[in-house]
Amino acid sequence: MSSGSAATPNRQPATGAHPASAAVTASLKRRYAAERRFRLYGLLAVVFAGLSLAVLVFTIMRTGLPAFSTTMVRLPVSIAPQIIDPAGTRASQTLSGADYQKVIRDALGDLFPDVTTRGQRRELFSMLSPGGAYRLRDRVMADPALIGTRIEMLIPLADDIDQYAKGHIEASSRGIDTRISEDQAQWFARLKARGMIESVFNTTLFTAADSRSPELAGIWGALVGSFWTMAVTLVLSFPLAVGAAIYLEEFAPKNRWTQVIEVNINNLAAVPSIVFGLLGLAVFLNFFGLPRSAPLVGGMVLALITLPTIIIASRAALKAVPPSIREAALGVGASQLQCVFHHVVPLALPGMLTGTIIGMAQALGETAPLLMIGMVAFIVDIPSGPLDPATVMPVQIYLWSDSPERAFVERASAAIVILLGFLVLMNVLAVVLRKRFERKW
Amino acid sequence: MSVTILIATLLVLSAVGYWLGRARALLAASVGTERLNSLPGYYGYYVAIWCGLPALLLVAVWLVIEPQVIHAIVVNGLPESARNLDPARLGMLLNDVRNLAVGGFVGRTVDADLQAAADRYSLLNAIGLAAMSVAALAAAIAGLTLARRRIEPELRARAGVEATIKVALIVCSAVAIITTVGIVLSLIFEAGRFFARVSPLEFLFGLVWSPQIALRADQVGAAGLFGAVPLFVGTLLISFIAMCVAMPVGLFAAIYTAEYAHPRARAIIKPVLEILAGVPTVVYGFFAALTVAPFFRSLGEGVGLQISSESALAAGIVMGVMIIPFVSSLSDDVITAVPQSMREGSYGLGGTQSETIRKVILPAALPGIVGGFLLAISRAVGETMIVVMAAGLAANLSANPLDAVTTVTVQIVTLLVGDQEFDSPKTLAAFALGLVLFCVTLVLNVIALHIVNKYREQYE
Repeated sequence: MSSGSAATPNRQPATGAHPASAAVTASLKRRYAAERRFRLYGLLAVVFAGLSLAVLVFTIMRTGLPAFSTTMVRLPVSIAPQIIDPAGTRASQTLSGADYQKVIRDALGDLFPDVTTRGQRRELFSMLSPGGAYRLRDRVMADPALIGTRIEMLIPLADDIDQYAKGHIEASSRGIDTRISEDQAQWFARLKARGMIESVFNTTLFTAADSRSPELAGIWGALVGSFWTMAVTLVLSFPLAVGAAIYLEEFAPKNRWTQVIEVNINNLAAVPSIVFGLLGLAVFLNFFGLPRSAPLVGGMVLALITLPTIIIASRAALKAVPPSIREAALGVGASQLQCVFHHVVPLALPGMLTGTIIGMAQALGETAPLLMIGMVAFIVDIPSGPLDPATVMPVQIYLWSDSPERAFVERASAAIVILLGFLVLMNVLAVVLRKRFERKW
Repeated sequence: MSVTILIATLLVLSAVGYWLGRARALLAASVGTERLNSLPGYYGYYVAIWCGLPALLLVAVWLVIEPQVIHAIVVNGLPESARNLDPARLGMLLNDVRNLAVGGFVGRTVDADLQAAADRYSLLNAIGLAAMSVAALAAAIAGLTLARRRIEPELRARAGVEATIKVALIVCSAVAIITTVGIVLSLIFEAGRFFARVSPLEFLFGLVWSPQIALRADQVGAAGLFGAVPLFVGTLLISFIAMCVAMPVGLFAAIYTAEYAHPRARAIIKPVLEILAGVPTVVYGFFAALTVAPFFRSLGEGVGLQISSESALAAGIVMGVMIIPFVSSLSDDVITAVPQSMREGSYGLGGTQSETIRKVILPAALPGIVGGFLLAISRAVGETMIVVMAAGLAANLSANPLDAVTTVTVQIVTLLVGDQEFDSPKTLAAFALGLVLFCVTLVLNVIALHIVNKYREQYE
């Protein structure tokens, strides 16, 4: 409703009116001012909430978006046979164990003949990421004919140089907290002047798992871990929650027992998630001896957390199905179970699915209980099943944002951007589902 | 993975059972004169349930019990010296045995005894798997043949199938109860072990929290270091700051959307608040630790105030922002539930809109709003990630919002992450803190839900 209906200005009272009406007129101004103030408070509250969201999204975008690109140097690399394969056998074992880092260092060293002292050369080489050696190895192993030739390839730079290139840190002379020296900055400027520095899309971010070096770390491992965890959660929580909702809504007699269950479900929905983590630790890990850090256990804990959400949504969906449907089914001779499973549940299914998606979105962002069951381990392998040690997206964000290196913090923001993308997608899906299948009875 | 194959086989057998049962029922009906009691499909389900259910239950129970049995046998086979180790070290030894058996990383030199134990472990595992497969398949086939033999037209197949489904539904709804019981039992059990070493009075009223030092076995007076009062104070301080933000902003946002906002503005405000509610807490933690806290610190430096970079203020304010949508959606529900007639009565007497809200609607909605506030407080008390990332680790007994304080949830996380030793008071203390947290939030929730329900009945 609009404020106009209540705040219609009164007519000016006639002269010589009743004294009480004069008092009312005098107080009107004050009352209208109070009205405007009150309304302003409400508006301010809304603006504050909106502004908080805007600042949150803005800061995360600002720190996170640079992580989607990375700085590389285009080096002419001569793949010297005497370093890679001195015996000339081209055996894959020799090729995979060869010192590619030296080849790349030589390539960089050739560009800077003036850098001769040991310390300076070490400083120069520390500008390169160890990832370059892996890329070169993969290329050489895929095509051993490259040995002895000279190829141009993009070599990733160390994370500090990358941060410097993006303008996030500054070079300074030696000190405790400098990450990049003036010499390095000067060499970088020379490389840049020769047009050898390129900023490319950061594919590592989407293909690698965690790593000690920020430029080699990616979110693929955490994404796969989240996938397995969510799969376990969905498989466990959806049937259990729908079953519980059907029983409570359609079959349960109204007695003490069902009342206890109802109060219980409402309370479980408000229990802090970390307590579920303690439950998982004490029961699943210590009592049943399930493996630590496994998506299976994480999924089980998250299933218990999402259970109340899905049950409550499913019950609401079942409640919205009009009794006439049930009466018609029972009237033509269906049993109670046939009536529920053939008629009521299909009609309530969109609502149940909406609730499930919202529950899954909640589970996807859940962090604290997973810390309890060991999903915070440093894991460099991509998990291949629900029993492999894994980490999940929010935990990866937590781990990276705790790191002192700015490059990791940047990657944490990028991971947040991706996580929020998934959450928005799931919520949009839920809204679309609701709009598409919503039925007015 | 053989267990997967076994389960898949059992499911296939059940499907076969369905077709066999259905075919037999149709055959029996076509040769005899009697009509079938149920639809033919129910005979199929009848056989499928008899075939699959007992076998799958057997597999589940077996998988739970088997590790314990193998564990006991392996321990019995170990040399005398190893058997007398304390439980924690024995656990590490067995872990190595297991890793050796599956070819993983072993954290010690492999001697003959260890190798023998590992071999025994692999052998027992293989035997267990084979025995389980045989038993499960035998149960499935026996169930299939017996159930199929029982099929005749007058068998009440539908009743049997429906009774089974109903039992399954009851089991589903009992999971909620089992979860609660599991939480309570595991917390009480582990906290009991903690309180056997540290007196509950010390824990609840002690003023010094320093669990790290008690790791040393010869520590004298370790009990005195588990005084949780600084944690309680820190939790209350941060929750208080959060509620100072969330209560007024949430309530006014709810009043504005419910009473003032144009429907079109409402259509924008509500989704914005919903997005705010859907942001994971780890993102808020990131925001608090890396944006808000440094901002406050530099702000404090600007005016000459010493603000810790892990100040309670930053964590509390961000937590407040997180709770705003929670408060506003609960208050919105309550405010819109106030009957329109009450508003119109007030307008009729000449009240302005804000007077109506302040003097009529809010008093009428008060119980519901208070219930919502209580739920919000319980959320703030149990919130973990924001404080883990933005609040401090050191337990300072301080009520100054500019200091770094720690909370119950932060300590639970720091005590349990990384450390796997399960017998020290240090890890058990986490369960005692968890128990306190659970009790406090439970009481808040029960009161709040009671108030909200009472209120709902009033206007329905």
